[in-house]
Amino acid sequence: MAKTIDLFQVADEELEARSRFTCRIKTCASTACLSAGAGPVRTALEQAVAAAHAGHDIEVVPTGCMGLCSKGPLVRAEPRGASPTLFEQVTAEGGRAIAETFTGQRSEPDVTVLDESIPFFTQQRRVVLKSAGKINPDRLEDYVAEGGYRAVLTALTEMTPQEVIEVIRDSGLRGRGGAGYPTATKLGLLADAQGETKYVVANGDEGDPGAYMDRTIMEDDPHRVLEGIILAAYATGASQAYIYVRAEYPSAIERLERAIRDARRHGLLGRNILDNSFRLDVAVRIGAGAFVCGEETALMASIEGKRGTPSIRPPYPTERGLWGAPTMINNVETLANLPEIIAGGADAFASVGTGSSKGTKVFALAGKLQHTGLIEVPMGITLRTIVYDIGGGIPNGRSFKAAQTGGPSGGCIPAAHLDTPVDYESLRALGSMMGSGGLIVMDDTVSMPEVAKFFMEFCMDESCGKCVPCRAGTVQLHELLGKICDGKATRADLQLLESLSWTVRDTSLCGLGQTAPNPVFSTLHYFRNEYLDLVAGGR
Amino acid sequence: MANRRARPNGLNVTIDGVEMSAVEGESVLDVARRAGAAIPTLCYLDGLSVHGGCRVCLVEVDGEHAPRLACSTPVTDEMEVRTATEAITEHRRIVVELLFAEGNHICAVCVSNGSCELQDLASEVGMDHVRFPYQYPDRAADASHPKYVFDPQRCILCTRCVRACAEIEGAHVWDVAARGADSYLVTELNLPWGEAPSCTWCGKCVTVCPTGALAFKGRAIGEMEHDTDLVGFLARARTEGEWEGRS
Amino acid sequence: MSAKPRFATVWLGGCSGCHMSFLDLDEWLLELAGRVDLVFGPLTDAKAFPPDVDITLVEGAVANEDNLELAHDLRANTKTVVSFGDCAVTGNVTSLRNLDGDTDRLLQRVYVDGPDRNGVLPSAEGIVPPLLPKVLPLHQVVPVDVYLPGCPPSAERIRAAVEQLLDGEPGDERAYGIRFG
Repeated sequence: MAKTIDLFQVADEELEARSRFTCRIKTCASTACLSAGAGPVRTALEQAVAAAHAGHDIEVVPTGCMGLCSKGPLVRAEPRGASPTLFEQVTAEGGRAIAETFTGQRSEPDVTVLDESIPFFTQQRRVVLKSAGKINPDRLEDYVAEGGYRAVLTALTEMTPQEVIEVIRDSGLRGRGGAGYPTATKLGLLADAQGETKYVVANGDEGDPGAYMDRTIMEDDPHRVLEGIILAAYATGASQAYIYVRAEYPSAIERLERAIRDARRHGLLGRNILDNSFRLDVAVRIGAGAFVCGEETALMASIEGKRGTPSIRPPYPTERGLWGAPTMINNVETLANLPEIIAGGADAFASVGTGSSKGTKVFALAGKLQHTGLIEVPMGITLRTIVYDIGGGIPNGRSFKAAQTGGPSGGCIPAAHLDTPVDYESLRALGSMMGSGGLIVMDDTVSMPEVAKFFMEFCMDESCGKCVPCRAGTVQLHELLGKICDGKATRADLQLLESLSWTVRDTSLCGLGQTAPNPVFSTLHYFRNEYLDLVAGGR
Repeated sequence: MANRRARPNGLNVTIDGVEMSAVEGESVLDVARRAGAAIPTLCYLDGLSVHGGCRVCLVEVDGEHAPRLACSTPVTDEMEVRTATEAITEHRRIVVELLFAEGNHICAVCVSNGSCELQDLASEVGMDHVRFPYQYPDRAADASHPKYVFDPQRCILCTRCVRACAEIEGAHVWDVAARGADSYLVTELNLPWGEAPSCTWCGKCVTVCPTGALAFKGRAIGEMEHDTDLVGFLARARTEGEWEGRS
Repeated sequence: MSAKPRFATVWLGGCSGCHMSFLDLDEWLLELAGRVDLVFGPLTDAKAFPPDVDITLVEGAVANEDNLELAHDLRANTKTVVSFGDCAVTGNVTSLRNLDGDTDRLLQRVYVDGPDRNGVLPSAEGIVPPLLPKVLPLHQVVPVDVYLPGCPPSAERIRAAVEQLLDGEPGDERAYGIRFG
């Protein structure tokens, strides 16, 4: 039987326990740093602390992503009563040196320090990633110490479900999966739907090339995702939730499953959550990594154990979803915003952002930049700030050519629009989209038809094959783009590329096909000359 | 058709300028066909569930930014539908061209030459040639079944066979494997058809095939005629007890 | 120079069935002969494709280097090029060899492994044209003005199409219909 957690007592105990250490050394255990060798770093830190018999004074804490992935593995030493130091590109050797510095065995480690006052850190605003990189994602107590699950407590004890939806409506939160649908409207649809059982699904089937926002959120702060799910379920009357995660995210799956077990053990899931009459079960469902399963109808088919292909809407999931029951699907990042909205209030949340795009957005910053990694920025920030301040500009003396947002569904934004604020409407007006948060910066060496071809190849490979325009159209678009890139295309081929793009966009069954031509449209719009040059060079 | 249910709400629908009355639950396709509009279909078949994969029945609906499928879109009151605008006609032609380019549709040597819905559709949409390069996929035929042949070179993945087998015969021998352009039909769990123990030899899959992909064994060029009305008749007979109309 | 339109027919990679269907026009051929100058065709004694042709019906797909050269020649010298029959329009049976995709393997199978008694690959430089890697429909090699599919197009359809061309209103397929196979 679950013993209900006393959130305040656990938080106090946890903070008290932390204060007993003279230094806490945090070592990034997120996928990017692990692949750069963070595993041996952590072992070296722990061994050095153990060898010095300093386990009572120094705590080594494996955390999630600290952000600047291109400088990983990252280690952050937080000595009590002194300012913290962030170390970059730490090796096992370096890890030992860092530990020995704080055990007093040496004066300072020979490891490069990363200045945390650079714009990469200062220009960010962390809401969803508030605790990421700071806490041990495998410990419920760590999350509780940061104020975790207080929003659930508040909601269950002081608010009606309708009030929860109203607060979210006032916050202006919109879906972070790409389309930007108002979250409160979606919640309202499920709340109003009639059904014995209702389902909430967290969509963690992130698949855009270069994007890892959702993976990071799930890996680094799984309880925040769970808390968001509990709030969404309470607001809508759902009693079962699923987190749909792709199989390529093994540590996200492991950490979520542990988080679910711990939450259940502490009375945060199951019957009578926090001793209230509300019940909710959460289970992880693992996808096989098909991009199309991020589309909600295909995702539901996959959860039901069927072939992951989309189906025609209507009916919409909130009318007839999983096993015919009303179902709401939200992106992981959207849900991870809910605890802060309920705990901190709608006004505080809405004070960040622009008129129609409130709050923050997490981006996976990649490409030709000095600094790449995971960032969370206030909506309305300009692309220029992201590229030149946070990203530190273009390396190797090259110049900025375009920023690609929205992944294979998005578009390329040229230098002329660098001062555009990053919000749903502005990006759409430029022929791109917010998307789930992939942001790839390209320098002047990049050929835009090649970029379009790259994304088309992705869509072609990921097409489920159900509808003709996507299945066969992406193949032909890819072939036409290849012909153009090879300088073998004629003007007629270019015309055909455009008219086929329109057909694929207008006639495909689901979002994958409907948006697959977007990179073609946007590169044609801003860089038509590159196409014409290649065509003119052909026969 | 006899009216068995209590009369639902009447709706006014305009199809290509023709005012029609319709009842709730009817699709745009139902009403358009009554109005005499020639909306082509491929994956849709009366008697089977709606699939929505072929996209040739797209129509324009007032107030919608993208075309809608006639087969799956329910009519609403005051709906205005245009079934053959210039854009729709061009979309349909491109979709048919894509189908011809992705398979190996050599009409001249096909069992269904002369009674093929894809061949007819090419004429209907004015496809006098295919602008896209042919893909020439290498797909082996399955002639392991004693009575039937499956030639995937002619398959357009409309899944009529999958649905007829699962929904009307209840055997679910057929399904789709792999994805995207690599998608192909399988019998059983990718066993040769002749070794598929769940196949009842009923032949419904063959009767519904719009092309020459599924055929009776031993038919020569142009000799295969399908019987696409059968499943619609069976479906109605079972759900509505209407057994008249076929010998 | 005669005032009559100059008319040509070309036989590329095909079975000549389209030409047979053309011959099925019987007595109308006499009428046609009165209206055009037949300047090139399988039965004319011309070595090279002539200049200033008004209408050329092209049967067959582009399968070998001779076909390719002739296709470019005829395009350069013709006002209205008609893709005549399924092989020209789609590749048709001629293109079935594309399913294998390897011309060497194909020739080996047909001339060496097959029942051919000589058991050698055909080769005579300048006489036997090398195969192209892939058989192509005519329009993927040169621009085509009018498409007349069919295997073969019936005599009636050929006549309707040619009459339309002679009347100077090409390309309205409603007159001659579209039918593959």
